[in-house]
Amino acid sequence: MMKRNRLKITIISIFVGLLVGAFILLAVGFNPLEAYAIMIRGIFGKPKYISWTIIKSTPLILTGISVAFAFRTGLFNIGAEGQFIIGALVATLVGYFWNLPPVIHAIVAILMACLAAAIWAGLAGFLKARFGVNEVITTIMLNWIALYLSNAIVFWDKFKRPNSEASQKILETASIRFPKGINFLGDFFRAPVNWGFIIAIIAAILIRHILKNTTLGYQLRAVGFNSDAAEYGGIDVKKNIVISMAIAGALSGLAGAVHVLGVTEEVSVLAAMEGNGFDGIAVSLIAANSSIGCIFAGLLFGGLKYGGYKIQPAMGAPSEIINIVIGIIVFFISMPKLIEMLTTLRVRRKRGGEIESK
Amino acid sequence: MSKMKKILALLMIAVLAFTVVGCSGGDKADDAEKPAEQTEGEDNEATDEQLKITMVTDVGGVNDQSFNQSAWEGLQKADKDLGTKSDYQESHQDADFVPNLETALDAENDLIWGIGFKLADAVKAAAEENPDAKYAIVDFSYGDKTPDNVVGVVFKQEQPSFLVGYIAAMMSETGKVGFVGGMESEVITAFDYGYHAGVAYANKVADKDVKVLRQYAEAFDDPAKGKAIANSMYQQGADIVFHAAGGTGDGVIEAAKEQDKYAIGVDRDQNDLAPDNVITSAMKRVDVGVYNVVKDLKEGKFPGGTTVVYGLEEGAVDIAPTSDKHVPKEILDKVEEIKKLIIDGEIKVPVDEDSYEEYLKTLE
Repeated sequence: MMKRNRLKITIISIFVGLLVGAFILLAVGFNPLEAYAIMIRGIFGKPKYISWTIIKSTPLILTGISVAFAFRTGLFNIGAEGQFIIGALVATLVGYFWNLPPVIHAIVAILMACLAAAIWAGLAGFLKARFGVNEVITTIMLNWIALYLSNAIVFWDKFKRPNSEASQKILETASIRFPKGINFLGDFFRAPVNWGFIIAIIAAILIRHILKNTTLGYQLRAVGFNSDAAEYGGIDVKKNIVISMAIAGALSGLAGAVHVLGVTEEVSVLAAMEGNGFDGIAVSLIAANSSIGCIFAGLLFGGLKYGGYKIQPAMGAPSEIINIVIGIIVFFISMPKLIEMLTTLRVRRKRGGEIESK
Repeated sequence: MSKMKKILALLMIAVLAFTVVGCSGGDKADDAEKPAEQTEGEDNEATDEQLKITMVTDVGGVNDQSFNQSAWEGLQKADKDLGTKSDYQESHQDADFVPNLETALDAENDLIWGIGFKLADAVKAAAEENPDAKYAIVDFSYGDKTPDNVVGVVFKQEQPSFLVGYIAAMMSETGKVGFVGGMESEVITAFDYGYHAGVAYANKVADKDVKVLRQYAEAFDDPAKGKAIANSMYQQGADIVFHAAGGTGDGVIEAAKEQDKYAIGVDRDQNDLAPDNVITSAMKRVDVGVYNVVKDLKEGKFPGGTTVVYGLEEGAVDIAPTSDKHVPKEILDKVEEIKKLIIDGEIKVPVDEDSYEEYLKTLE
């Protein structure tokens, strides 16, 4: 019953978002139906567009799961952005400097990226567990440290590609792209289709399994519900906070790794945050913190971003308007979830174990 | 139960609102269809005349007060003068370049622009995959490896930098001037050493001893950092600071305004940002470059496979026209002479550290 309600609220929110976006388009003199038609054609018009939507969505799904996982255990991971950057950086370093056979190279690069991002996020978890420093503050600060660290390393002579603002490309052996020249499904495989989406689905199922069916998941959730009660129940709260942040970090690092190994094949100097991690927060909100839900929320979000921006050149609307409309849609989609979640969190904190015992 | 009712009510409102929008949207669609048909008709009649052109921005976006904006202004001018039809697509991260270029290709454009050297790889790959489409890129040269359907457009940014360097050295009262760079790259390095060479030239011919303070902000979009760097330069005794740092430079100009010192703008005439403080600007007319290539295409002379280099001679780089507000006439007259020397090749303006060292030797 509860679940069905949630789905309903989400779907209504999407409609309200599209509706308000339509009013804004109308107000500035553009036909919203035409605009949305362009967006939908931009996503489904060709097999290639569908594959691009999936490619764009993959990192968002993973950062979404990362934020959702942390939230389920009572932590607000705003550091997905920085963890993504660290994951991307380490995957590129391993992908370029190490010489390993195909497949193994990619797996090692992914694992190293996850490990590095897990340590990165685990640091915020440690600071919270040991000194009580709020993870919101530390993860935001770690985002900037990650950004500048990544830039500093990209500027390193041995790593930087001459005459560019990017690193060297990863070796062929580290790539997780599907081989070129697959010709069925029209031009579906013209885009850099890769294993990332499948990895993201596996990650979603794995996280769901950990949370639902394992002792670790039970402990993590217990800490999320009410840390005092959990401690009273004999759970090591501090350890669980660190573990939770580390897993969340590993997921965001995985997002960065599949993005590099599957799509960009390099990291470039970042003038600003790219937003893969911040969008993950929105994805997690839309999905109501369900890891499986993040797959669909990520696809929705990726579709909005990939198809939505096609409205601009086709209709000649200023890009600011399109940004506002996409922003409004996202805002309405995530808003009810946010309110719902904040109220339940307050109730949880107030009533503690009561809900858990239900 | 009451929850269900609320949801039902919400749904009803949503449906109602949608039908309303649907109606008005429908009306609009009718209205919109007519002109759309007309333009289509025009297209059919004059396919060989109305060219469709698009540009993909880099992550700065189309209103960056800098080269993306300038490129878009060039295309808009082409729309007006040459009857082309232009649009643009913004990139929000580096990973957007490839799909944006694909979208541009699918929209059947006659010419696709990549704005900025960050798009170099993506443009080359797209051009090689689609030999029938035409591409152009700003601020990058593929040299001998330029595909036949690509034009590179580069600017001699070191030339106007040399001129403003000369002006800065001649006008400095403290004997110190500053340079704030965005991120180190081939383009910004050319600004940097062109400016240094201009100062060195002034030191030589006017027997001065002006020193240059230099710092890179490592960002093109951080005005706060630009301001902090400029402030510290002014405190160290510099009285004129030149920036080649995009949005970061807005902070440099703000610092000049607050401290009542001088600044030198970049890319376009930035005097409007601080009329009493921006004495001149090293202008790089990306709009001129973009417009000229579109014009060539229209006249059937698309210079595919080559790199077009724009300098002082072509009028695509220069100092700002508002320079006479602050810079004394004697100095501007000198600048005109120096321009001729550069065009004639008497002065070879350096573009990087090595050529700068060589240039210093010729001064001795």
